Amino acid sequence: MATERELKTRIRTVQNTSQITSALAAISASKANRAQSRVQATRAYAGKAFEILNNLASSAAAAVHPMLADRNGVENVAVIVISGDRGLAGPYNSEIIRLVEQFSEGLTKMGSKISYVAVGRKGQDLLIRRGMNVIATFTNMPDPPQQTDITPVAQVVVDDYLSGKIDQVFIAYTDFVNMVTRFPRIKQLLPLKPTDFSDMPVSEFFRSIDLTDSTTADYTYEPAAEQLLDAIVPRFVDLQLYQSYLESLASEHSARYVAMNNATDNAKALIEDLTLARNKARQSAITAEILDIVGGAEALA
Amino acid sequence: MTIRCEIVTQEEEIYSEDVDAVNLPGIEGRMGILPNHSPLLTVLDFGEVIIRRAGEEEFYAIGGGVAEVQPDKVIILADSADHAEAIDLERAERARQRALKAMEEGVQEDPETYRMIEASLRRANLRLDISRKRARPERAVPRLRSEQTEADE
Repeated sequence: MATERELKTRIRTVQNTSQITSALAAISASKANRAQSRVQATRAYAGKAFEILNNLASSAAAAVHPMLADRNGVENVAVIVISGDRGLAGPYNSEIIRLVEQFSEGLTKMGSKISYVAVGRKGQDLLIRRGMNVIATFTNMPDPPQQTDITPVAQVVVDDYLSGKIDQVFIAYTDFVNMVTRFPRIKQLLPLKPTDFSDMPVSEFFRSIDLTDSTTADYTYEPAAEQLLDAIVPRFVDLQLYQSYLESLASEHSARYVAMNNATDNAKALIEDLTLARNKARQSAITAEILDIVGGAEALA
Repeated sequence: MTIRCEIVTQEEEIYSEDVDAVNLPGIEGRMGILPNHSPLLTVLDFGEVIIRRAGEEEFYAIGGGVAEVQPDKVIILADSADHAEAIDLERAERARQRALKAMEEGVQEDPETYRMIEASLRRANLRLDISRKRARPERAVPRLRSEQTEADE
């Protein structure tokens, strides 16, 4: 059995650790809130952009716009995987990678070739370790991110998509529900389907928009619908990526909050057990000493 | 008679007021929007949005975008938007110098980076222009979004 001194040291160590974990939990909680409120702030733009897109979708130019039209024979698929740079976030990183793996298996069976764009170091490491074809990685994103921090990610896939290297783009992100619930999801980013938005990333935003007015409004286009689409579609793609990233960020922080809270609780329980053991050790040491003294006194008598 | 004017970026809502008139930097030339304008969708260029409200004019520097006009509202979806008086002259000048230097130092082999630097140079120039024209320098206050990264400029 451990000595009293050893137990004391261990208790102190566990106490220190629990201080760190509870501090991390508090930080993560506020960061999750901040990321979530940033998502809310994008709603005004998202709603409007979606209305405009929806209005343009009925024009003839939309049917042939390269970022809107489906391609026959999808061969090359890109998946953008959003994960965290750091661990200590419970199952957050492994959940999204597991989903990506399942999804990829299905695609591979259908004969598609898949390339990956990893956002976040953890996802990058896990994908590379599994021997996946990672074409670009983005790590050390600022927190909170600005829209301009995410644009390069969109650029990579949009360029490859337009040049024909990629026929379809998916995005794997984690949908934030609340501090204890989140869902890893995969949704289609390109080609964009302005009329069917149930499969769009962060579609719950668009579902609530009332489109009855906007689609009937008879707009003058200046310049033509084609150029308008050229302006609005890439921005919409950027926006979806930005929103998905913010959702994932909120999820990561909330997952870390839960993990750190559990760690703090565990540390408390451990401290209790160790304190009991320390008291026992101390008592038995005292008992032994008394016995020694009594034994010594008896021997002298 | 007023018209609702909203300026939103992907990150936040910048402006939302009932105004008398709005002047937009359309890609094919400037356009003035008065109440009861017919529905219009247009692409915006880098430039300034001039808002007239209660006899006063307000200026916003926007970095391109799309605008939707309806008889009772103008919605400007801007890539970036700054109020003329909130532009920090020194910061904008620094950003301009940085962009110029980066372009001179030959990053041309990477067209992507070059384009991004070029865009930030245009943004910086625009901010400087509008700020010099409209705001007295001593009133130039730092931008409200204090977390704005240097790289964004």
